[in-house]
Amino acid sequence: MSQNYFSLENKVALVTGAGAGIGAACVSALAAAGARVMATDIDATSCSNTASAAREKGMLVASMQQDVCDESCWQEVIDATLDEFGGFDILVNNAGIHSNCLLEADTLENLQRLYRVNVDSVFLGMKYAAMAMKPEGSAGQGGSIVNLSSAAGLMGVPLESAYGSTKGAVRLYTKHAAVEFAALGYGIRVNSVHPGVIETEMGSSLLDGFVNSGLVESLEQAHEMIQNLTPLGRLGKAEEVASVVHFLASDAASYVTGAEYVVDGGATAK
Amino acid sequence: MRLENKVVLVTGAGNGIGEAIAKRFAQEGAFVITTDIDEEAARRVVMEITEAGGAAEAIKQDVTGETAWQELMADVIERHGRLDTLVNNAGIAILANVEEETLEGWRKTQAVNMEGVFLGCQAAIRVMKENGGSIINISSIEGIIGEPNTAAYNASKGGVRIFTKSAALHCTTQGYPIRVNSMHPGYVMTPLVEKGLEMMPEDEADAMLERILGQIPMGEMGEPVDIANGCLFLASDESKYMTGSEMIIDGGYTCH
Repeated sequence: MSQNYFSLENKVALVTGAGAGIGAACVSALAAAGARVMATDIDATSCSNTASAAREKGMLVASMQQDVCDESCWQEVIDATLDEFGGFDILVNNAGIHSNCLLEADTLENLQRLYRVNVDSVFLGMKYAAMAMKPEGSAGQGGSIVNLSSAAGLMGVPLESAYGSTKGAVRLYTKHAAVEFAALGYGIRVNSVHPGVIETEMGSSLLDGFVNSGLVESLEQAHEMIQNLTPLGRLGKAEEVASVVHFLASDAASYVTGAEYVVDGGATAK
Repeated sequence: MRLENKVVLVTGAGNGIGEAIAKRFAQEGAFVITTDIDEEAARRVVMEITEAGGAAEAIKQDVTGETAWQELMADVIERHGRLDTLVNNAGIAILANVEEETLEGWRKTQAVNMEGVFLGCQAAIRVMKENGGSIINISSIEGIIGEPNTAAYNASKGGVRIFTKSAALHCTTQGYPIRVNSMHPGYVMTPLVEKGLEMMPEDEADAMLERILGQIPMGEMGEPVDIANGCLFLASDESKYMTGSEMIIDGGYTCH
């Protein structure tokens, strides 16, 4: 038998924003590959539901309420993960928020809110994960950090300027952290994943935004617009993003760091 | 197993990255058509796959031959009924900067690295368009960043990178269920790299190796199996929303 590079047996993962959408799909994908997973969300009920659904399938998943912008939370969540599962090898910085707004109508307040949730959280996650995963840290086994950026962090899209700029920041933050952790010999890989429009609550809000801003007249036209933006002609599924996160989290990707993996049905290829 | 009952074709599979891809795919249940211009090398790989319990066959192939591609595909379809994945891996590298490179060397590089990939994609799309499939073109980090001593290689791998997107978009436009992605290995210890180093005086080779390792954030070269695992992901249904995408596996080389 060959080595099972994709297996996550004996690994412990922490997934933020795990109450729904891509985060919930990541919990399923990582746990199905054998990982023990701590699922966190600002909405305690939602991540608790994700965890109990996974436990019903025999997976080892716990949950905890976490506001990813609150620095004091991070150490607590990582300690709880170590207590519960005895390790900490994978962090999926997935929690994020989205807003549709024309740049001219946008407010500084909204921009700062987006940066707080989408970028501050990635900073805090990488910081506290590095402290725990590095050789002298409380987990001490190195690890893999996967940051959810977006295709909107690579290309321009109407209404997405503020959101896209936060995702562009996540993209480059990932590379700086990857290079620094490698230089320090931490054994921690850091990569970003760039989904296109996915069938989630966030994907729906993007479509609604196209209509509400007057960019298109109907939801049907919004769908058409997304399909035109997406060569594969359909929205992506959360599981299709989670499978890429699983790959990056696993030993199959042991030589991958600082990379950006695009899962967008071809949107950025054209 | 990730590729059970799939029929895959890997070019340049007689050594290095191609060999690792052929072996990993076989371990995951695929029937591997192992082609190489060096038939002996392809046979050795197939023998090792078979001994390990896998299924494969060896075929001599010069990827620059258009007719040979058509005949090969007709033969594959006739005997196996399908082709699910093509890995356009065969490639050559000549160490020469823009002033040293000859037109002959330039054309030879483009013939193998670009024309070979073009012909492979064209032939594979023809047989995959009904049932679908995944095409993986092996580009390189040298298709993304420049290197003074690999002028022709840089051009060819950059060509493969963007050609991949064109082929991917063609397939989606036509409604063919075929995904086309490029793979960008960084420095991997393969016979190609070893040969390049051997061709240099020893102290120069040592200095170059040290320089290369110093430029890789992870501080080490990759192994062929690292690239094979990425190809495995692109060949499997787990990557089914990825097309026209670039998969970089380089220990951080291109991100700093």
